[in-house]
Amino acid sequence: MTTSSLRTETYLWLAQRISAMVLAVCVVVHLATMIVAVQGGLSAEEIIARVGGNKLWLVFYLVFVVSVSVHAPIGLKTILREMTSLPTRRIELLVTVFALLVLVLGVRAAFGLYGLGVS
Amino acid sequence: MGAEQINVSIWRGGEEGAYQAYQVPRLESQTVLDVVTYIQRELDPSLSYRFACRVGVCGSCAMTVNGKARWTCRTHVSRVAVNGSLTLNPLRNLPVVKDLVVDMEVFFDKWEKALGSFVGDKTRDEALAAVSPSEPKRKEASAGIECIGCGICYATCDVVDWNKDYLGPAAMNRSWTLINDERDVARLPRLAAISGDDGCLGCHSQQGCVERCPKSLNPTGAIAGLKRESMKAVLKGEIT
Repeated sequence: MTTSSLRTETYLWLAQRISAMVLAVCVVVHLATMIVAVQGGLSAEEIIARVGGNKLWLVFYLVFVVSVSVHAPIGLKTILREMTSLPTRRIELLVTVFALLVLVLGVRAAFGLYGLGVS
Repeated sequence: MGAEQINVSIWRGGEEGAYQAYQVPRLESQTVLDVVTYIQRELDPSLSYRFACRVGVCGSCAMTVNGKARWTCRTHVSRVAVNGSLTLNPLRNLPVVKDLVVDMEVFFDKWEKALGSFVGDKTRDEALAAVSPSEPKRKEASAGIECIGCGICYATCDVVDWNKDYLGPAAMNRSWTLINDERDVARLPRLAAISGDDGCLGCHSQQGCVERCPKSLNPTGAIAGLKRESMKAVLKGEIT
């Protein structure tokens, strides 16, 4: 069933665990910020005022996006492998496309928000 | 208990088949194996099932009892009957030979695949190895050696169900005892055998094996140990 090597499988496994540790922190910060941000209503102005033009938030969201684009596709690969009869090569192709999509859209969004605050 | 009866529904046939209903007199301290034996001896001699020791040593009598894999010789009817009824199936995840008998070949093939047998380098002329029972590695090995090979963990494991190449809890539990056996010399080949997605990395730590193991072993813990050792070996380039 498996065509990849032990080495690749182990590195992917490790990457998923390390990205999970990063995500644990990112998700907590993200959720806490959301809870704080919605106090007294949510507005685009408020979000842009916080995130726009702020290099720290930009770095935070870039790290977040990279971690998600590493973590999620590896999990998706396992799910597809266990739940479907798709050939391994097809699964690898699908999740690679998914990873790139998450990465590109995420990075674009992070820079997009950052850019809204730069005049 | 008098004329009390147990309603027993047993899977008859192979992969294709149907349930057959029996009524068995309820007795005190009756085990599920007693029930099956009563049916085979008194009601229907064509019923196939496996047992040998009747006392929880041999690991032959495992079946699915009301949806859960159990060793039937040590399972009292009073503990598992639902409204006085029992539904018995063969073990999950293994090919059914007939009725309650499954083909255990794949299960034991995977033990071999996981290099589940001891490899030593001493001859009979050398002194016996002195192994302290209190040493951490020996404790780790001793924690897993009571496996009776009943296949209950293998039948319970969802990863086995989803990935036919997955080695399963029992085989890897065995590997872990050997990796911690200081007399064994096949550490790296064994680590290579149990690494990767079809080996220890495939485990989702759902712990069904731990929950159901009749010997109260912890195969999930053993597999977690294998994950650590296998990862270190790959990072050091000892196995590829």
